[in-house]
Amino acid sequence: MSFQPHTTSLSKANGAGASTLDVSLGPQHPSTHGVFRMNVRMDGETIVKLQPVFGYLHRNHEKLAEKNSWLGSMPYTDRLDYICPITNNWAYAVAVEKLAGIEVPERAEYIRVIVGELTRIQNHTAFLGFILGDMGAWGSALMYAFREREKILDLFEWLTGARMMVNYMRFGGVRCDLPVGWLEKARAYVETYPAFLDEMEQLLTGNEILLARLQGVGVLSGERAINGGLSGPVLRASGVDYDIRKVDGYGVYPRLNFRIPRGTVGDCFDRFMLRILEIRESIKILQQAFAQIPEGPTLNPAVKQRGFKPPAGEAYGRIEGPKGELGFHLISEGGEKPYRYHVRPPSLINLTLLEEMCLGTKIADVMVILGSIDIVLGEVDR
Amino acid sequence: MNLPGSGIIKGMAVTALNMIGSYFDRAHAKRLTTEQYPEERPTLVETSRSFPFLVFDGDPEAGIRCVACKICEKECPPQCIYIVQDKDANGKAIRRPRVFDIDISVCMGCQICVEVCPFESIRMDNIYEVSSYNRFAPLVLHKEQLLKSNAYYNQIHPTEAAETDARIEAARIKKAAAAKATAEKVAAAKAAAAKAAEEKAAAEKAAPEKPSQPEQNA
Amino acid sequence: MIALTPETVLARIHAALPEARVELLNNPSPSGQHSLVVHRDDALQVAEFLKNDPELLLDFASNVSGVDYTDHLEAVYHLFSIAKRQGPITLRLRTGDHDKDVTVPSLTPVWKSADFQEREAFDLFGIRFEGHPDLRRLLMWEEFVDHPLRKDYTAPDDYEYEPTPHGDILKKAAAPHA
Repeated sequence: MSFQPHTTSLSKANGAGASTLDVSLGPQHPSTHGVFRMNVRMDGETIVKLQPVFGYLHRNHEKLAEKNSWLGSMPYTDRLDYICPITNNWAYAVAVEKLAGIEVPERAEYIRVIVGELTRIQNHTAFLGFILGDMGAWGSALMYAFREREKILDLFEWLTGARMMVNYMRFGGVRCDLPVGWLEKARAYVETYPAFLDEMEQLLTGNEILLARLQGVGVLSGERAINGGLSGPVLRASGVDYDIRKVDGYGVYPRLNFRIPRGTVGDCFDRFMLRILEIRESIKILQQAFAQIPEGPTLNPAVKQRGFKPPAGEAYGRIEGPKGELGFHLISEGGEKPYRYHVRPPSLINLTLLEEMCLGTKIADVMVILGSIDIVLGEVDR
Repeated sequence: MNLPGSGIIKGMAVTALNMIGSYFDRAHAKRLTTEQYPEERPTLVETSRSFPFLVFDGDPEAGIRCVACKICEKECPPQCIYIVQDKDANGKAIRRPRVFDIDISVCMGCQICVEVCPFESIRMDNIYEVSSYNRFAPLVLHKEQLLKSNAYYNQIHPTEAAETDARIEAARIKKAAAAKATAEKVAAAKAAAAKAAEEKAAAEKAAPEKPSQPEQNA
Repeated sequence: MIALTPETVLARIHAALPEARVELLNNPSPSGQHSLVVHRDDALQVAEFLKNDPELLLDFASNVSGVDYTDHLEAVYHLFSIAKRQGPITLRLRTGDHDKDVTVPSLTPVWKSADFQEREAFDLFGIRFEGHPDLRRLLMWEEFVDHPLRKDYTAPDDYEYEPTPHGDILKKAAAPHA
């Protein structure tokens, strides 16, 4: 039975009964978070079958990386999950450092944590805006969230030169040191952020419409989530206590004190609230990092960036990105270019159970479930 | 007491606060952060980068720092740089570019060319109003369009330019000192050789009737 | 409670499934992530053991990559244990050869997370996963022929005009506009 909504949708030969309707949601749709398409079969308004269709943003990143040098792939990693470029850079740097056994100086590790947690905050802030947009609150919450996010992007522009496509991490450290005054401005900003979050919570969390649309929708149990390979906030909202920052303990995270929020029900409201709680934990991490950051070098001087040649072998390196577990699988033959370069995209894997979560729900809930998973197509399609 | 609808009313209070507040936010600081472009242009931070440019000292022809080593062309990830080395009147290659094209529709502003340049000659500009009506020709910047003076570089990126100038100055001083040391060594060797020749001539003058004596090597 | 290293996992597999053909493949890089190469006919059995054995509990298949080694293709699985908070354990399944004998069993019945990733390995490398519930292309469109990430893939000739051409692109770019 083939499921082809772009052909005649109501034909019996297509598997559709007289009572079901095949709709193709996307690839252009305000709520699809990029060019993402879902072929949906509905019985009235209830979903009977859902097939995601990928590839509309496929840019051949993995083959391109085999043609570029190791350093030359770094700017391309910015463009994977384009909302959080810094954590993409970080994951690639971690994987290469694992492959080649490179040490990172302490100051660089603290800088990585600072910009990484700022990235997590701005990603979750944007999420608050996007999920409200998915539910139909067209621009308001989104613009409030983006107004706040701009301040973080201004910090990144001051540090790296670009607001988003930063190309900041290097193998064995970061590209440049913090400018004079950056730390004070970042610290001052982090002090003012909780006021914004409190205002957003006053706007959103008690809102009856939001509660009605998010609670009880898209429930996912912990065992299914683990089996489906879900990671990040979606996994933790289903009750699983697994955060790679705690489990792998990469960077200087073992020295920092923070809790891992966990959901109880595993519905969309849990995923929504969990991200708000994660922002608050990130603020705590940032305050500790600001206090503890030492002086010192920001790049391992023994590592050549241009003409970098890691030893032969392979490595899988991963970090806790804002969307989930972002991993890089790298195979090297000792040359200047990778033999195999594979990105483990959290957004794609998090969509594995999309159909399972959506079966039996209404079409409007599909948008909310998709929004609560928080995908970015740059990562899904690479 | 939780009246039904109180959550929505509280949310509306936030919206009202933002709307009223936007009338009193002349500094674009808190509630109304929209800048009315093009009447108000953004003030770019010093490190802001967009596309590369070539630096020259003094004269665009003679003071060009680029030696056409092609390292930036090789390292550029999207391969947007195209360099052809110049030849002098005899056809011998000289250390200048004859053609230096950057296709800014391909350039992603990653700054790797700046990092790998050994001659401090390519740097990032912060221009952003480069749109054109044609997708191809106007978006390929040629050498003449890319060459901008060191004074311009100091104006847009003061700290970075100061550091670069300090590095170039330090290298120049080091080179001059090394050249001076070499010159002194050469002069000393010449003086020593001249002195030795003088002594030999004096010795020969003092004892000219012993031509058959074998030469004694000291 | 044993530490999950490739050696200890291999020992447990040999103890429980003595007929399964599993070998340790050394990884020369400093990462120390050695792989377990499993013969494809025993793969499903070994996978179920890895997931269900109470000492291993490798319940999270995080990553599935396809690799093109020019004489054969490989599917590489990175497994973690969320319950034991350890990993990764790298599993490799090899095809018979590069073009004709390219089937391996699908591990989607064991770990659902392999679903899309095996489809991607099929799409980009041509590894056929037997037993996969829905083996279709993932990133390329349905009618596409050939497998792009193979080393011997030749890209089509329809290059757009490039003002800063390099190398062989110069010839290809010049051709339509000659």
